[in-house]
Amino acid sequence: MPDPAVAVEGLSKRFGAVVAVENISFSIEPGSICALLGANGAGKTTTLAMLLGLVTPTAGVIRVLGKDLRTDRYSVLARMNFSSPYVDLPQRLTVAENLDVYARLYGVRDIQARVTELGRHLDIEGSMRREYRTLSAGQKTRVVLAKALLNRPELVLLDEPTASLDPDSADRIRQYLVHYQRSNGATILLASHNMTEVERVSTQVLIMRSGEIVDRGKPMHLIAKYGRTTMEEVFLHIVRNGDPADRQARYSVR
Amino acid sequence: MIAVPEQVFSARRIGAMILRYLYLLRGSWPRILEQAYWPTVQMITWGLVTQFFATNSSWVAQAAGVLIAAVLLWDVLFRAQLGVSVVFMEEMFARNLGQLFASPLRPYELVLALISISLVRTCIGVGTAALLAIPLYQYSIFAMGMPLIAFFANLLIFGWAIGLVICALLLRFGLGVESLAWASIFAIAPISGIYYPIATLPVWLQPVAWCLPSSHVFEGMRTVMFEQRFDVDRFAAAAELNVLYIVLAAIVFLRAFEVARARGLLLQSGE
Repeated sequence: MPDPAVAVEGLSKRFGAVVAVENISFSIEPGSICALLGANGAGKTTTLAMLLGLVTPTAGVIRVLGKDLRTDRYSVLARMNFSSPYVDLPQRLTVAENLDVYARLYGVRDIQARVTELGRHLDIEGSMRREYRTLSAGQKTRVVLAKALLNRPELVLLDEPTASLDPDSADRIRQYLVHYQRSNGATILLASHNMTEVERVSTQVLIMRSGEIVDRGKPMHLIAKYGRTTMEEVFLHIVRNGDPADRQARYSVR
Repeated sequence: MIAVPEQVFSARRIGAMILRYLYLLRGSWPRILEQAYWPTVQMITWGLVTQFFATNSSWVAQAAGVLIAAVLLWDVLFRAQLGVSVVFMEEMFARNLGQLFASPLRPYELVLALISISLVRTCIGVGTAALLAIPLYQYSIFAMGMPLIAFFANLLIFGWAIGLVICALLLRFGLGVESLAWASIFAIAPISGIYYPIATLPVWLQPVAWCLPSSHVFEGMRTVMFEQRFDVDRFAAAAELNVLYIVLAAIVFLRAFEVARARGLLLQSGE
């Protein structure tokens, strides 16, 4: 039985009196795509940040790719990567310069070939000589995604990877991510608000509310369990179940 | 997977960060011009002051160029500090700290990259002004010889130490303390004895001045220019203080990095 790609036990994070994540435990099978769902402020980004070592947990143990993040953080970071709307790339460097720098940081061999390959797959070949700051939001998203795949990571953490893309671009990116995951046997942890995307690509779903994991399972199983027809309905049910003054009732359109 | 196995210290990663800062410098000629602009303006101003005092002050007349040498060496300290703290601020403006520290880059590797690029920027800025002083005022600071290297190295290291403490404050308090990066060094200017001997300061302030490596450097510079000898004691005092300050600054920076991780500040470092 291979080690889980991610194994989290009793993970908590408090910022002073604010509880961002409260005693969560989960594991992700290697070679799967797991979606992390939750309303804004549910604790998704904090959880991803702890998996990246950007935020130190208040309590709990994180094992990534079989290694304890407290003791082997840097060796693990070389084998994973991420994209997030909360961080950016140097604005005044060109796309090619940005990818060059990050490829070197991650120890990528044959940088030019890898950058060219990703440029082709993510449709950013024509933007390589442009400064990052001059790109559209959609182009920036694709460049950040290229950075996230530079080192052929075994684990990719993606925070809302298609949030600023038009439906056509988003669909192409999703297809490429699935292709990347299958052809490399990689594991993807995806935080997303796009329930169609989650239904389509993920094999496992974790749903967070107020810092806790309130449910988990395969998308189809969750849909059946709650007697709904889509993951969006499941999501709304779970999120609103925590809110006694159900907004759907207050703001329903007749 | 095509990543290289873990290395505790990697010249490749430091090189990648230096390359990142060189790309930034190369991509903007106003940035390169800015490096040399203030040192040159300062040098021209103090060169004119020197020309005036050469005929009106016996002290300056004894060692032509003492004020120009002082302003150039002061700019070494100033540029070295800015080279660290301003470049670090650029990472914060770009919201790039999260990307960097989620990569295998260690904080101490970033520090080494920052001080390396600081050296490059200081050489561009002060080097240009020093070369221009030769045709403009017939004064070459390079004529100082080997002592110049000792002064340059000490001021550089002291500037890096101050720069790292400012970076630590930026990590801890965010860009709200940006003005410190520009202004803090001027707090030590009056007691560094840049243009006058430390003996000029009030007696109670002199012990404070001797706690600064810069005071020993500027006093040592005057000894070279007025007495034509290199004061080894002054050099040793500056070097010892610098060892202490750079170690303390590195500890403060690494501690601030851990605090930033605990408080989730690495993801909130933008404007």
